[in-house]
This record gives sequence, C-alpha cells and structure tokens, in this order.
Amino acid sequence: MVNAVSRPDGPAEARVADGDPRQKAVLEGPDIRRALTRIAHEILERTKGGHDVVLLGIQTRGVTLAERLADLLREVEGLPVPWGSLDVTMYRDDLRMKPARALGRTELPAEGVDDRIVVLVDDVLFSGRTVRAALDALNDLGRPRAVQLAVLVDRGHRELPIRADYVGKNLPTSMRETVKVLLAENDARDAVLLGPAVAPEAGAPAGTGTAGAGAAGADADGAGR
Amino acid sequence: MKRHLISAADLTKDDALLVLDTAEELAQVAGRSIKKLPTLRGRTVVNLFFEDSTRTRISFEAAAKRLSADVINFSAKGSSVSKGESLKDTALTLEAMGADGVVIRHGASGAPHRLAGWVQGSVVNAGDGTHEHPTQALLDAFTMRRRLGELEGRRVTIVGDVLHSRVARSNVLLLDTLGADVTVVAPPTLLPVAIDTWPCSVSYDLDSVLPKSDVIMMLRVQQERMNAAYFPTVREYSRRYGLDGERMAQLPEHAIVMHPGPMNRGVEIAADVADSARSTIVEQVANGVSARMAVLYLLLSGSEPAIGKAASE
Repeated sequence: MVNAVSRPDGPAEARVADGDPRQKAVLEGPDIRRALTRIAHEILERTKGGHDVVLLGIQTRGVTLAERLADLLREVEGLPVPWGSLDVTMYRDDLRMKPARALGRTELPAEGVDDRIVVLVDDVLFSGRTVRAALDALNDLGRPRAVQLAVLVDRGHRELPIRADYVGKNLPTSMRETVKVLLAENDARDAVLLGPAVAPEAGAPAGTGTAGAGAAGADADGAGR
Repeated sequence: MKRHLISAADLTKDDALLVLDTAEELAQVAGRSIKKLPTLRGRTVVNLFFEDSTRTRISFEAAAKRLSADVINFSAKGSSVSKGESLKDTALTLEAMGADGVVIRHGASGAPHRLAGWVQGSVVNAGDGTHEHPTQALLDAFTMRRRLGELEGRRVTIVGDVLHSRVARSNVLLLDTLGADVTVVAPPTLLPVAIDTWPCSVSYDLDSVLPKSDVIMMLRVQQERMNAAYFPTVREYSRRYGLDGERMAQLPEHAIVMHPGPMNRGVEIAADVADSARSTIVEQVANGVSARMAVLYLLLSGSEPAIGKAASE
C-alpha cells in the first residue's frame, strides 16, 4: 500500500517549484489538518463509530488524504480503518478527448468493499465527473452497503447531480480559476492554492482549454497531461 | 495522428515501460469477479488472421472484449480470400465497416506494414511471416519483469530456430531497448544471414551459456517452414539444443524457462522442464491478455495513440 501513495508526479512537482506568485494559498498545512480532523469526527458520528468503514482514495491525492484520514480515525477512536486506492482513468468520460493516459493503482484493502460503508476520498470536487467515474469503478469491484464522499475542497460548478457528505472547505470560485491541492507526501508541502485561469500554452495540448471536462481532469489528477 | 505497432523497434524505452506498467495495472482486472472495463466501448477491433493461430487470436479477442470493444473475427479460411480476394480488397472491406484497430496475422513478412497504408485505424502486428511479433515480445518482457524485476542488465538467452522465428527478432529488439543483454544460441544453419546486425551476441554452444542466463527462452522448431534440411535429425538437434532436466540444473537458481508456444515436447524442451516450477509457459498465456489489453488501450482509447510508430504518409 505504500507504493500506492508514493507515485511520483513529475510535472506537478515541477510546476510547484516554479512558485507562481499569482497563486494564493487559501489553506495552509494546519488548516488542512484541522479540516481533516473535523471530517474524521464527522465520519465517526455519521457512521456511528466507524465500524465497517472503508476509505477509498481516488488517485493521486485522494489516496494520500485517505491514508491521513485513516490515521486520524485511529488516533480519535483507536479503531483501525482499512483504506485503499481507486484509479478511475478507465472509467472517465473524457478519455477520447486526450491522448491515452498512464494508469494509477487500484488497491483494495483485504476486507474488500462488499457490504461495507465505502467513503470515497478526493482532493477537489468540481464538475463531479471524477466521482461519477469512481462510482462506476466501485460498481465493478463489489457491492458496498453505502457509498459516501469526502473532499478536502468543494469548489462548486457541478455538472452532475453529485454532492459531498464531508467537505473540508467550501471554496467559491469562478469557472476560470484553478484550484490545486498540494500535499507533503506528493508535493513536499501542504497547501490549497487558488490561481488565475491556466495560461493557454499550459492547457493547449489535450484541449484543456475547453472549460468543463478538461478542467475537471486537470483538477482530479494534478499531473494531468 | 495515427500510429501502429508493427515492429518491436517502433517502441521507445518510455513507450515499452508505459505498456509494461499499464499491463501490470490491467492484470488486476483478471482477478476480479467482473473482468471488464468500459474503456473501449463503441470502438471496433478487427482480428484479421490469415494464418492459423490459437493463443494469439483468443488472447487478442479476450483483451479487446475485456476493454468492451466490439470484436470482429476474420479468418482466411471460409472467407472471400479463398475465392482469391487480395489483401488490399479485404482491407478496404474492413475499412468500410469502420474498424478503429486492426490486428493482423499474415504469412507474408511485411503484410501489416502494407495494410497500415490502406486503413484509417491503428494496425497491430500479431505475427507476419518470419519478421516480427511485437506483442509476444511485450508479454515475454512483462513475464520476465514480474518474475525477476527490472530488465536492465538481465541476461536473456534465446535458443533454437532463430531463422524462422518472428518471436526471436521482436524479443531481441525489445529486450535491447529495455537494456537487457541478449544472447541467441542456435546451429549456424538456423541463424539468419544478417544476425551480426542484431543487437545481441551469438553462440553455438548452449552448455557454455546456461550458467550465465537469468532467462532462457526456447523457440519452437518450425517444421512447417522447413523445406530444407537444417539439421541432420530431430534427435541430434534435441541432444545439442534441447532443454532437458540436466541442462536446467546448470541454470542459476533464480533463472526462469520460457517458451512462446506451441511446444514440441521432447524436441526443443523436455516435458519435465516444461512442467517445472521454473517454467513460465502457462503464465505467459495469462500475461498475454494483460499485455495486449495495454497495447489496445494505449493505441485506441485516447484522442491519439500514446505509443507506437507514426504513419509514414
């Protein structure tokens, strides 16, 4: 399970190193930790103690967040909560709009997902298309008793009837802004950055310029080509 | 831009590693109760087989179906080819049906290359004459990587009928790309004239190479392509170049034994070797589906292929 988290994200790291001054940090490390702690408590409350809960992080940063949430749940309740990773690339609805992409790892905990309460974990909730893909992927992996959704940031602009059960921060944004979540395990620091619209040359390949699907992809997997 | 997989040399090292990594993830699907992904829904893959084949054809068919593509199987027997239809006319027929990918096996070396100039879709070579069989090389590399780890610096020995073997050529090219050291071992009559241009070393003595091999790949003696006497008797070939239990004992402890199939038990490989724990022959078949899924996914799923060689026109 360790290698699921340590997948290197070359391009994302490179961009972070640039330190674009136009990007504004809306959450810093301690804020992220507080938000996750609150989500952990809410999960325990809503699931009456967190029994039968399985955390499934959506590649890439969702996996890091799922691992952190599992740690927090253990700290709070002393309860070991199984967690795993889910790669939704093969289920995306925008596959044909970009060149074929490398796959991430799907790794379920030994307990599986059948008859469990699965909490999907992702960094940013935007169009909702990634979550739709995740629900389809989950459907092929088993039959959970219930599926819930936890996200660090909800930036609005949903294109599908999907809503999160646990939200770290509601962040009103314009369609053209970018939201990037940095996590120490993936990007060497913790922060949520709000930036202006992506420069055309950065978004040019793969047609990221078209607002909806392209932006959703770029958000969901920070390394999106 | 349309791209094809006709030769193992079409793949750069990055391409080859991308296929192997993708195959590794796709191999998980085989272990699930629902062995299907929706990725190629609505795409059409045509299996065009002019030559007999069991494992390659069903392997490609299973791979395409697991990715939800529509599969049209075509075999020369019982088709208009027996009425004298040319490859080009067959290709144009398929073109009219809107094939996104064409998997072709043909007895003539170079047939997939010609086909690539006639159709819109991506062409995948599933074996052409004595030329190449790139997906076999990919599944072999995938099998080696799963058993032994990264291939950089690994010593691979390919033994047998190199002259008629498309598997050998594709393997030598791909393994060289991946950084492995390849040695081919065969009687001089079963080596191609231009073997000195291949990126590998050559030996005529199997016993001296065995202790230095991490992988030993036995090739089938292709009796159906042998219209001249390449060796005196099958028995003599088997004694000098066959892998029996005694020779297997000379291999390093971690070494694996491979064979692309179908095997001639008792000729190039002894039955007890083929069935031993070191043999990966059954694994190779299972890995073939994963490797071919990876190739189809990378060629057909996106707006443009992520691997392979650009069309020449």
